[in-house]
Amino acid sequence: MSLAFVDGGFAEPVFGSQHAFRALMDAFARPGSIADLSGLAVPPVPMSPAAGAFLLALADQDTPVFFETHMPDAQAWVGFHTGATVTRDAPSARFAHLSDAGDAAAWNRFARGTAEYPDRSASLLLPVAGLRGGQSLILKGPGIETTREIAPQGLPRGFADVMAANRAGFPLGFDLVLVAGGEALALPRTTRIEEV
Amino acid sequence: MTLPTYNFAYLDEQTKRMIRRAILKGIAIPGYQVPFASREMPMPYGWGTGGVQVTAAILGPDDVLKVIDQGADDTTNAVSIRAFFAKTANVATTTKTADATIIQTRHRIPEERLQAHQTLVFQVPIPEPLRFLEPRETETRVMHGLEEYGLVHVKLYEDIAQHGHIATTYAYPVKVEDRYVMDPSPIPKFDNPKLGRSPALQLFGAGREKRIYALPPFTEVASLDFEDHPFTVQRFSRPCALCNATGVYMDEVVTDDRGGRMFVCSDTDHCETRQADGHRGPGLPQLGPHAASDRESAR
Amino acid sequence: MYVAVKGGEAAIEKAHRLLADRRRGDRSVPALSLEQVAGQLSLAVDRVMAEGSLYDPDLAAMAVRQSRGDLIEAIFLIRAYRTTLPRFGATRPVETAAMRIERRVSATYKDIPGGQLLGPTFDYTHRLIDPDMAGDHPVAPGALREMAGDAAYPRVTDILNDEGLIEPDVASDVEPGDLTRDPTGFPAGRDLRLQALARGDEGFLLSLGYSTQRGYGRTHPFVGEVRIGLVDLEIDLPELGFAVNIGAIRVTECQMVSQFKGGGENGPRFTRGYGLVFGQSERKAMAMSLVDRALRADEFDENRVAPAQDEEFVLSHCDNVEATGFVEHLKLPHYVDFQAELDLLRMLRREHAAKTTAETDRQEAAE
Repeated sequence: MSLAFVDGGFAEPVFGSQHAFRALMDAFARPGSIADLSGLAVPPVPMSPAAGAFLLALADQDTPVFFETHMPDAQAWVGFHTGATVTRDAPSARFAHLSDAGDAAAWNRFARGTAEYPDRSASLLLPVAGLRGGQSLILKGPGIETTREIAPQGLPRGFADVMAANRAGFPLGFDLVLVAGGEALALPRTTRIEEV
Repeated sequence: MTLPTYNFAYLDEQTKRMIRRAILKGIAIPGYQVPFASREMPMPYGWGTGGVQVTAAILGPDDVLKVIDQGADDTTNAVSIRAFFAKTANVATTTKTADATIIQTRHRIPEERLQAHQTLVFQVPIPEPLRFLEPRETETRVMHGLEEYGLVHVKLYEDIAQHGHIATTYAYPVKVEDRYVMDPSPIPKFDNPKLGRSPALQLFGAGREKRIYALPPFTEVASLDFEDHPFTVQRFSRPCALCNATGVYMDEVVTDDRGGRMFVCSDTDHCETRQADGHRGPGLPQLGPHAASDRESAR
Repeated sequence: MYVAVKGGEAAIEKAHRLLADRRRGDRSVPALSLEQVAGQLSLAVDRVMAEGSLYDPDLAAMAVRQSRGDLIEAIFLIRAYRTTLPRFGATRPVETAAMRIERRVSATYKDIPGGQLLGPTFDYTHRLIDPDMAGDHPVAPGALREMAGDAAYPRVTDILNDEGLIEPDVASDVEPGDLTRDPTGFPAGRDLRLQALARGDEGFLLSLGYSTQRGYGRTHPFVGEVRIGLVDLEIDLPELGFAVNIGAIRVTECQMVSQFKGGGENGPRFTRGYGLVFGQSERKAMAMSLVDRALRADEFDENRVAPAQDEEFVLSHCDNVEATGFVEHLKLPHYVDFQAELDLLRMLRREHAAKTTAETDRQEAAE
């Protein structure tokens, strides 16, 4: 392992966190809109700057993080900068960094909350090839005035079915954030996704 | 003894992260009350500690903050909270609704339609809409989980049986996206229609009760009612005495001890902006023998 | 011309200036020193530390002075400061059996190993106002009993435990919860309950404890022991591999021997109620132990029928900083909501009057 985990944190932690959080808050409040998280964090490859900024802003010792693919440098980086523990127990993870070549059906192992506490659920970071230029999807739901169209590239197998089931389970569910480079796009559990 | 120093916007970073996570959950589950480890703030519980913690967690150096209480920027608690953030975050403040990026409020929603770049932060005393029907948290959690809201309707209907009307005039419960019954904080029911399909994000913070909840933009929000008793809002029969506005919420100002009353906009910025634009109301009511007729027209 | 409560800022500034003026009082009288407050109003300082949940006599004395002697206000000042403090670490659990005893009484035995020790107590003082308190009369130094260096003061509950007569206190390495860092949910564990009670309002707990004595959740209590004194604080330093003493604090501990419960594999035995408070506060420690025991109703299959047994009720209302904030917030402007109520009430009264008139007319017509 290299010492790559030391560099690449927020230059100014207080304001970097605030900036990243506000962009993410806006992304959650307006599902499908693209949040700019570039220039804030430089995590070791293969983690994207957007995923890095998300975790630096929101993870700490109270939030175990799960990695679907092994990325030792990036994992050490997250641990070093946030104090979060890396867990191998998917149901106890508050955040999960998914594989970019996985199967969406496997997301069912993450916490979806309980009827009394649906907030005790995971947020999943899904690395994709790009947030534009892929097959069009139409979004509806809270945060969207009428409909919003997105076209991410490289969604995993079974994406539509898993997301439909996640929406149907509301208020239980996970919240998904697509990340590519310095950009992020949130698909909270309230969002209905239709293929065009 | 060393004198204490404080972080940007007072809260430490770990606390902010914890609140930020709660806010994202709140947005993802509209109308659901997310428990959070509310901190002791340097102002009393019940005086806006929940709103202050939410504002402190979202506030950045480029924000422009407006704080209102009862619709007014210059009520003492609004002044105090605005001064707190001006001091601890050195953030720009304004009384102009249109210029603000974050508006913290107690008991009102501004008259001017909010915009997409704005966030409205409500101070909430009792976030649980079922609390006065069932005091136990252990019970109300289950009721929300099972979507068991019959009691609320029973309460509203009892009012109708007793008074001929629904007797709830503020903190009027709403149903969010046809799922969670939510307390909109003690805003007059006049403001309820502004909750739904607002372009702005609305966040609710209850410090003493340790809950955060949210309404994302363009969320469906329905005030509870009955087919034979549809939801209605307050109407004021006269225009604002200062700016002649109609269709706004009014403060009733007692002008003397002989029944004299005048009605003015509760939203002081709205009123001042209209006056600056040249709108003039009828002004002070006349005193003396005319006061009685003034009271008549107030009805 | 009507002006909408303008000048809030100036009014606040002037109010605070007047407050400072009243706090200082007559300038020809010397100002209170922190040494005077901490030394001569030490039980007030102790209460502020206990309910403020921060052991710092100087800071508590400042808070007492700043609050003009309003102890709940002083507690609030300490709490608001405490919440901003970084956590460097946690001490080992304090060992109250090794307390340097200043007072120790047991109601369950006539004599106990180490003896009963009255210490600095108001007990048995006749509550007559002492004319000497009007002046600064010489006060004789306290006469202290010779304490053998190796004297042992075993806890009375340990003596009962040796005989198997009381439920054991089981040591645990489980990390206790912290209601100041995690959102509370119900049911709460005994760790969180005790934390809440230790910070809770003395008056509220006193009344609740009293209510259990009057039958609202009776627990048949005996004071096994109340002890006051200094306990050492030790912190583990992993670098050194052993614990280091970082100082001592004064605490009051009460072990209440309560209603025996019986059967099962262990046979009948007494149960415990526990109280531990910063500083010298017997009333608080005793009340806390009564309420702790009452709150364990479920553990002993007791019917929860009284307020003191109701965890959600007690924990939601025992904090005086929360309570005073919410009660006092009623003085903030509420005129928007009041206007909404006025509007409705006027309409209801109009309708009522119209109905009454109509009925009178009908009756008159019938006659």
